[in-house]
Amino acid sequence: MAAKTRSTYLDYNAGAPLRPEVFAIMAETLECTGNASSVHAFGRAAHRRVEDARAQVAALAGANFSRVVFTSGGTEANNQALRRMFKDQDTAILVSAVEHDSVIAAVPWAEHLPVGRDGIVDLGRLHHRLAKMREDSKAPILVSVMLANNETGIISPLREVAETAHAFGALVHCDAVQAAGKIPINMDALGINLLSLSSHKLGGPQGAGALVLSETPGLQASALIRGGGQERGLRAGTENVAAIAGFGLAAELARDGFDDAGRQVSLRDGLETSIRELAPRTEIFGYAAPRLPNTSCFTMPGVLAETQVVALDLEGVAVSAGAACSSGKVAPSRVLRTMGVDEDLARCAIRVSLGWSTEKTDVDHFLQTWGSLCSRKGTLATEAA
Amino acid sequence: MNTLKKIRKREVTQKAGKPIYLDYQATTPMDPRVLDAMVPYFTEKFGNPHSRNHVFGWEAEDAVEKARTEIAALIGADPREIIFTSGATESNNLAIKGVSRFYKDRKNHIITCTTEHKCVLESCRNVDQEGCEVTYLCVAKNGLIDPNQLRETITEKTALVSIMGVNNEIGVIQPIAKIGAICREEGVFFHSDCAQAVGKIPLDVNEMNIDLMSISGHKIYGPKGVGALYVRRKPRVRLTPLFSGGGQERGMRSGTLPALLCVGLGEACTIAGREMAQESERLHYLRDRLYKGITEQLPEVYLNGDLDQRIPGNLNFSFAYVEGESLMMGIKNLCVSSGSACTSASLEPSYVLRALGVSEDLAHTSLRLGIGRFTTEDEMDKAVTEIVTQVKKLRELSPLWEMAQEGIDIGSVEWAAH
Amino acid sequence: MSYSDKLIDHYDNPRNVGSMDKNDARVGTGLVGAPACGDVMKLQIKVTPEGIIEDAKFKTFGCGSAIASSSLITEWIKGKTLDEASNIKNKKIAEHLALPPVKIHCSVLAEDAIKAAVEDYQTKRNEGPDAADSKEAEKARLSVG
Repeated sequence: MAAKTRSTYLDYNAGAPLRPEVFAIMAETLECTGNASSVHAFGRAAHRRVEDARAQVAALAGANFSRVVFTSGGTEANNQALRRMFKDQDTAILVSAVEHDSVIAAVPWAEHLPVGRDGIVDLGRLHHRLAKMREDSKAPILVSVMLANNETGIISPLREVAETAHAFGALVHCDAVQAAGKIPINMDALGINLLSLSSHKLGGPQGAGALVLSETPGLQASALIRGGGQERGLRAGTENVAAIAGFGLAAELARDGFDDAGRQVSLRDGLETSIRELAPRTEIFGYAAPRLPNTSCFTMPGVLAETQVVALDLEGVAVSAGAACSSGKVAPSRVLRTMGVDEDLARCAIRVSLGWSTEKTDVDHFLQTWGSLCSRKGTLATEAA
Repeated sequence: MNTLKKIRKREVTQKAGKPIYLDYQATTPMDPRVLDAMVPYFTEKFGNPHSRNHVFGWEAEDAVEKARTEIAALIGADPREIIFTSGATESNNLAIKGVSRFYKDRKNHIITCTTEHKCVLESCRNVDQEGCEVTYLCVAKNGLIDPNQLRETITEKTALVSIMGVNNEIGVIQPIAKIGAICREEGVFFHSDCAQAVGKIPLDVNEMNIDLMSISGHKIYGPKGVGALYVRRKPRVRLTPLFSGGGQERGMRSGTLPALLCVGLGEACTIAGREMAQESERLHYLRDRLYKGITEQLPEVYLNGDLDQRIPGNLNFSFAYVEGESLMMGIKNLCVSSGSACTSASLEPSYVLRALGVSEDLAHTSLRLGIGRFTTEDEMDKAVTEIVTQVKKLRELSPLWEMAQEGIDIGSVEWAAH
Repeated sequence: MSYSDKLIDHYDNPRNVGSMDKNDARVGTGLVGAPACGDVMKLQIKVTPEGIIEDAKFKTFGCGSAIASSSLITEWIKGKTLDEASNIKNKKIAEHLALPPVKIHCSVLAEDAIKAAVEDYQTKRNEGPDAADSKEAEKARLSVG
């Protein structure tokens, strides 16, 4: 791939490069005319592609294909799950404090659940709050906890969260945008009632995502975008056939590629061993916690993340100083601050995320650049002060 | 490089043996030149346009901004007034719900019309449930609204008027410049669903006083899954977003922008702007050929909607005494629709035709013929032959045709309901 | 929506299309449905003195499924007694043509058409040959449905 010769891309959590197979199916689909809602041959062919993708995405989530609602992406899926379906501002909603902006902003009235220094949601606190709500005869409706954090890669104990929530009659929404395709998901086994997915985080195109609903009695799904009644009335708008087909194939390839996780873990662990050698005082967030195989979030003590990221970019290495949506902002990571990391330290954290096309040479390229920056940090450190 | 001439040539060979596509209002084939523009963003330029830390992100962002400029140029807008969405359905939802919710404390009235696209009507129904009053203007037999009636309907509580540019079923062009002038005079925001109008007729948001305009990618030879909403800055229109999150698109539309699809939409707009006049002339010629071919050979065929105030790419006929669905089944080599794609699986006759006052039995006999950039003269002739043959065959099969020939007035027969 | 080969065959090559003299005492005419609903079926049967349907003709305004359903029943009822024909159930028609669920009403209409044609024939027999000529009876028949 051209990008590899030009530079090193280690920002998969912002968006993974499109897999070549996905490109092929999309290019082919884009050349096919047809509105998936039309009944003629062109329309039926488009419809078939959408339904094939639905089965592929369902398989990734461990769900029945009829429960997949295609959206324009993870943000829309999260908004549909939270803002639309639980729109009454009196409903009691608990969301973990490290959720993505699209979850936090969708339900601004929700109560935030704290996480520990390890980034894991406090289960005792969850139980306590749910019990308190019941005492106040305010029935808890929904608990929203992400499966894996976008900045740290820390994996939440969803099964325990769901067990606790269900014991109090609350439903569970899970933003699995970062986790999907990186670790296996079985939403029924985990007890998840609503699951959000995004295509471009797992090697599919931007512009597609899904909300997956479990077969929970009484779960009333409703539409955020209304119109022609597509997606069984749950999401109007002409189906984005090519992107959906790409999403489906990417989901299938990601599933096939779970055995690549071992390779990514060893690359990531090797990287972390090396950065500890280069910077003994570095802090790797969630090091001891269960994490995605591809993500590492760590500091170069005394050197601002912005400085690191710019220096790395000059050498052709792409990493991130936090979530892509808020990358433009200079504020320190909300996720790290929530974990109790102090502000100065949080300002020095960068995120390296690997993926399907990452190779050892990419990691070496990063280490070489980051290492040389580290050795110059005496001068750089003053900038952070 | 793909040129239009080359593409048409290639299309002819590619199309051989395939049915003739006459459903350009449902969706258009993607222009190969649009795909050419998109290809680099499939492969080496895959960045997240919101990643501000590295060249991958900047490249994607530059591409998105270039596309924004191209879209703005087609409708005479400022690029900062263009919000990317997942398509015209989302744009329409955002415009109507967004304006209604933002202004609802001061103004709680919306005016639209009965022949709008389903997603406009659904959005209006939605805000109606939220306490906003909605007035539905009727259309005349030719499918057009009366601007004077609109003026009379506006009250001091009116926040928004939403009238489409071009109807998706009958292709008629609403008098949007007049509507815009009235709205501006009355101090009311004007939203226009221009999914079927952009790239087909000249549009200028300033000349036409349009405050919000919905744009679709796949109706103008661009990709599906992308659209735009034009939102005027002066005087500023404000919206409550449909979804929130990363705060992209000036907070009006959160979510990662699909750079690839944005690039496609931008290129589609550029091509449309450049070729509109020429294409319109060509389509007029083809449309007239189709119109004449059918009406000269078949009696009792009625055109729905005005012929003059109409985009050249659309015809909508009622073939009396022939049921539309069976006709569609018979014209095996033509891909057409009996109405809008969204409702094509339902058995209800088109609400648009009903709104024109087309009787229910005639509404059941209707067919929408949509032509466009890759339609050829040869295809028109084949279409005429196939339609004429099938209509004749089905009329021979039709008890209603027989009765009509015998001089029985179908309307006077007392039909038993079933 | 996809259609069965049998359905498509009946649509493409409808059997027994045509009309018989509705004033003929041996002919029973059933006209069911309504243009506003999108379906009108006209089924005519010619009955022998022994009460056997010797010929059947149809004309249908409606979708492909309605045309196929009516074409099919003309084949089925030929050679049957009036009772046997009246006992043809819509379910059998729907099964034979593999009608999609949204098209089941077409088979119901076909069943109704048989019943209406048989009833018309019987009414005519009871009223005698003169009554058949009157315009009033014609109108009554049309509205039987």
